[in-house]
Amino acid sequence: MKIKERLYKWIFTILAFSSLIFLVGIVIILFNEALPTFKKVKVLEFIFGKSWYPTYNPPEFGILPLILASIWVSIGAMLICVPLGVGSALYLNEIAGYRQKAILKPLIEILAGIPSIVYGFFGMAILAPFLQDLLHLPIGLCAFTASITLGIMATPTVCSIAEDALSYVPKSFREASFAVGANRWQTLTQVVIPAAGSGISTAIILGVSRALGETMTVLMVAGGAAVIPHSIFEPVRPMTAAIAAEMGEAPVGGTHYHALFAIALILFLTTFVFNIVAELISRRFRIKLGLSG
Amino acid sequence: MNRLNKWLLLCLLVLCMGTLSYAETPYGVDKKKIIIEGSTTVLPIAQAAAETFMRQNPDTDITVRGGGSGVGIASFIDGTCDIACASRSIKPEEVEKATVNHRDPQAHVIAMDGICIIVNSANQISSLSKKQVADIYTGKISNWSAVGGDNQKIVVISRDSSSGTFEAFGTLVLGGQRVRPDAVMQASNQAVASTVSRTPGAIGYAGLGYVSIEVKALSIDGVTPSKETVLGNQYPITRPLFMYTNGKPAGLVRDFIEFVMSQEGQKIVDEQGFVALK
Repeated sequence: MKIKERLYKWIFTILAFSSLIFLVGIVIILFNEALPTFKKVKVLEFIFGKSWYPTYNPPEFGILPLILASIWVSIGAMLICVPLGVGSALYLNEIAGYRQKAILKPLIEILAGIPSIVYGFFGMAILAPFLQDLLHLPIGLCAFTASITLGIMATPTVCSIAEDALSYVPKSFREASFAVGANRWQTLTQVVIPAAGSGISTAIILGVSRALGETMTVLMVAGGAAVIPHSIFEPVRPMTAAIAAEMGEAPVGGTHYHALFAIALILFLTTFVFNIVAELISRRFRIKLGLSG
Repeated sequence: MNRLNKWLLLCLLVLCMGTLSYAETPYGVDKKKIIIEGSTTVLPIAQAAAETFMRQNPDTDITVRGGGSGVGIASFIDGTCDIACASRSIKPEEVEKATVNHRDPQAHVIAMDGICIIVNSANQISSLSKKQVADIYTGKISNWSAVGGDNQKIVVISRDSSSGTFEAFGTLVLGGQRVRPDAVMQASNQAVASTVSRTPGAIGYAGLGYVSIEVKALSIDGVTPSKETVLGNQYPITRPLFMYTNGKPAGLVRDFIEFVMSQEGQKIVDEQGFVALK
């Protein structure tokens, strides 16, 4: 009996640690494949170079246009998904009745599960031609279209997590607030939102991470011009799209191949920083509320 | 507190292990083996032909690798591949190196590749010179009025740099000049054609097999692109695709080349969007 119990313990320990092993494995390979880039290209030239011509002779590996495109598109997506997502989370938690919530919440969660290629197709076939006609753009595939598509895509993620965070605020907080005479609005803005602040921040950060890491949609919708964007109506090529479009035929072991891994590494480190920031914010809020843990 | 520490620990771990490397595991097979390597343009033909060939001859094992024409020919010279695929003919210095290594490259033209320049069907232009197309793609011309069309901004649509069509276009039309950086990038011939069909000011390029009635294929230097003009080499954006073998092919290499040149092999060429020789 004791052996059996120990066996089960080991099996579940291994399962629990397997995701850590995958993570470490991915990170090792990422570093291993990315670092050779910097034998050929200087780090600063790589990050701040303005021309991305990896297949020409001589090649140029400047990823500033790709970085700016990613930032550009993610900020645009954030401007859409944060008000929409947080707004609908507040509605669901504070205003919606029990039955409305019972219908709306699962529906929003289904929206989060729609494959990104479907959003991409929607953006490419419907939204881009529509915006092209509406705004008289030379071409509908641009940063603006990508931002809208990504924003819609990230909304359910933001909404769902923010709503969870709001619902975790202890009932006693509201009761205490009402007891000292605060009205509903004051309770919401001064007690509930600060209390759920860490969760809402996490929701926003995860939403932006999703927009930043999304590949298929931007590949289909953003237009893909590797140029520093001057307006939101120009085609751009975010980092993920560059990796997806070029990895297929980049000669394995060549500088182009390693450079694409280096882009992936930058993306990874960005999300890593996002996670740390989320953790710091959440700690600060917890301390402020006296909820250590 | 604890979670942050864990992240930092993980970060440290990662930095320590970042330089580890891996060894490849070898494997042994007793089948008849050949290795095909080279041009990414020829890759889909070689891949599809190899799959069909192996299905018909289960005792064979054909490995197909990309890498580009130059890589394929270099491997051929070193003797690490049996057939080199190339979307250009072998250069004199490569022939020299091959002779030094006692390799005798023999060219087999296995298909033709023709690239159409396409515009929106509403565009009045129906013909351009190759020079004008190059000027449009490098950014010297950016309005249709400069080539006799309406006063409309030209939306330049190109392919991602990994595409064989992009590579061919770059060599045949641009002569190695860079495509303007603000050109829109699309990931497939099909995507280029559908974007051009929806965008009034657009110009794009695609393999001959992808031209539909929704877009207009331009005549280049006065020649309409078609299978006939490509095969006859009159259409200017045309190139032959090669497979190189060591001397007169023998054994499995001969069987494979013969298969590619057969009716069935040429049907694969056609299916992959290239121009079959028969």
